[in-house]
Amino acid sequence: MQRHLLSGDEAVARGAWEAGCGVAAAYPGTPSTEILENLATYSDVYCEWSVNEKVALEVALGAALAGVRSLAAMKHVGLNVAADPLFSAAYIGIRAGLVIITADDPGLHSSQNEQDNRFYGLFAKLPVLCPSDSQEAKDFVKLGFEISEQFDIPVLVRLTTRVAHSSSIVTLSERTTQPAKGYEKQLHKTTLLPAFARLRHIDLEQRLARLQKYSEATALNQIDMGNPDLGIICDGVAYQYAREVFPQASFLKLGMVYPFPAQLVLNFAEKVRQLVVIEEVDPFIELQTRALGLNVTGKDRLPRTGELNPRVIRVTLTSRAPKVTPEEEIPNRPPALCPGCPHLGLFYSLQKQKVIIGGDIGCYTLGALAPHQAMDTCIDMGASITFAHGVDKALSANDPRPRLAVIGDSTFFHSGITGLINTVYNQSNVITIITDNRTTGMTGHQDHPGTGKTLMGKETKAVDLEELCRACGVENVIRVDPYQLQQTRKVIRQVIAEKKPAVIISQRPCALLAGPQGPAKKVDPDKCIGCRACLALGCPALSFEKEKAVIIATSCTGCGMCAEICPREAIG
Amino acid sequence: MNILICGVGGQGVLLFSRLLANLALTAGLDVKKSEVHGMAQRGGSVTSHIRWSKRVYSPLIEEGTADIIVAFEQLEALRYSHFLCPNGWLIYDPLRIEPLPVQIGLVEKVTDDFLRKRLNARAPSNRPVPAFATACNLGNPRVQNMVMLGAVSHLLEFPVSLYHQVIELLVKPQFVQLNLEAFAAGRDLWAQAAPK
Repeated sequence: MQRHLLSGDEAVARGAWEAGCGVAAAYPGTPSTEILENLATYSDVYCEWSVNEKVALEVALGAALAGVRSLAAMKHVGLNVAADPLFSAAYIGIRAGLVIITADDPGLHSSQNEQDNRFYGLFAKLPVLCPSDSQEAKDFVKLGFEISEQFDIPVLVRLTTRVAHSSSIVTLSERTTQPAKGYEKQLHKTTLLPAFARLRHIDLEQRLARLQKYSEATALNQIDMGNPDLGIICDGVAYQYAREVFPQASFLKLGMVYPFPAQLVLNFAEKVRQLVVIEEVDPFIELQTRALGLNVTGKDRLPRTGELNPRVIRVTLTSRAPKVTPEEEIPNRPPALCPGCPHLGLFYSLQKQKVIIGGDIGCYTLGALAPHQAMDTCIDMGASITFAHGVDKALSANDPRPRLAVIGDSTFFHSGITGLINTVYNQSNVITIITDNRTTGMTGHQDHPGTGKTLMGKETKAVDLEELCRACGVENVIRVDPYQLQQTRKVIRQVIAEKKPAVIISQRPCALLAGPQGPAKKVDPDKCIGCRACLALGCPALSFEKEKAVIIATSCTGCGMCAEICPREAIG
Repeated sequence: MNILICGVGGQGVLLFSRLLANLALTAGLDVKKSEVHGMAQRGGSVTSHIRWSKRVYSPLIEEGTADIIVAFEQLEALRYSHFLCPNGWLIYDPLRIEPLPVQIGLVEKVTDDFLRKRLNARAPSNRPVPAFATACNLGNPRVQNMVMLGAVSHLLEFPVSLYHQVIELLVKPQFVQLNLEAFAAGRDLWAQAAPK
């Protein structure tokens, strides 16, 4: 059998393809992005970047109700956006299998929180599968479609960063085609009017009771007896870490954490002397184990915050962790905007102004850091405009600081539009700046409704941001090129002075896509007076050595923003 | 075998680790690789963990157990040096890329002298491999990773032909020749970089 090295995300895509999935929808978000990017490389699955996660889940549900196996993928916080259809989908059920992927991010590698989405299973009442490596990611997705169809319910598959972005060996199978079931109207099932929904809730509880029995018996949940002195219950990648630290112990490995296999856990507890639950972030398994009256070691010792790893488990649960030398204290290397990034120009123009700036989620969130510090918040997708609106309503006219919002183009389509309409409807003087770099930058350059191209590479109508903002009711919509620093600053000042709602579209393609603008710039050391004015741009290609500015030629994209800043024309 | 690869976002750490992991795969071993995408890739500190053996569980290397650390930048070499096992090898590019807070003068720069002393103290078996400079001489700084791979190949048990096979498999056809040249240059560098 051929062995392939696949990441968890690639394995999920492969599993969906092998299962005969016909429709897949997602909004990009680390660490889930590569699922749809990979699935789109298989020609016989319709794949799309939906406008946001709520849209993606509704699209996948629609397709599943039309009789085609479907998948929706998102990062953990994306499932919050999609929570509304998630709860309804559990009531409604499916016609062909529906698998929803949530990729959680313990350790917050690229997220605003480390919420544990296993709780969505308990909350929204649907089964949750937790693979621990790529082979399981593929297998669990395939099985997820079968469980979905067997129990008439969407299935949640929960990855974490170390499953999604770790690669391990996978054996592949071929695609199984699924018979097209077609669409049939099922009014009582799919129309959640109160009278119908009451019945669907009763039906859902019955489906969950059947799933409970399934969970007790399925091979997804397995006891592997070793030394009975120590019994470990675990799921996901925590299983791999635990196996590494306790090779001799007895294991109850849970692949299906909800519905919780209570009887199986009780049986396991009887076989072992000490029971330990090893799981990342929240005590999801532990709470349900304790509810059975069992005494366990878990979050009383293991951390609730950050990622687990073998070292953390060894240190907290054993007395035999070898000492390691502490980390060196050297300067941190936080992520930074790229050389020549158009956002640099915008944030340079915004810094040191007496304004309140609601921030949003994307590369440009880095504008909150030094040297720009031109952003006050990062809350959730789309919250920049609404935050600024709330501030405006709370503060009196005596506080003269203008209320601004900075939001990316993809984020604006995702959930900024509603906030913008709200500022018009409810009359606040919020100035919204859309950093339009013609792509979804942070997640690795995905197309969106403004780019004119779909995930499957088709040309499509590009939504015109300027027209869209005007149609929302904003009369003052101005386009600027953030590379033109003086002009950008002038427009910002002018708009602030006008004291009415406005949108500034700061438009320039992402520097990584646009490539070099010309040869690398050079600093003339004879002209440079060492004033450091150029460093305020925050460009990683600019450095300072021996009291003079220096440009790192291999990094410089030749954009020329620093040359515009230099008061002595020393850069050229 | 535990190999930790570290560098700065954009240096080609991820392709390097893909090549290494595929070597182990092709050689018939069990292998796992773990890395982080997204925010961390924007000029931040980047790591990739690779583990191979008959059977591998954890995709992450424990502190103090890396057999080899491959660092694409000196500060990063020191940052992750606590991962090295007592007799482990540290292969690092003497290149320095200052973090942005240092570049804009918010944080003080670490001296070359301090770095060298600390690296020698923490990793007695270390070897500086000027892969970036060599890649620039070859006409493309982006093949720094292939030069590094050539140097590191001296520490691994795989035949050179296997490296060629994996490079041809994973690198875009138009860049294969350049990458093979960079790999060969890296193999030559190893001996030259040995302490005199």
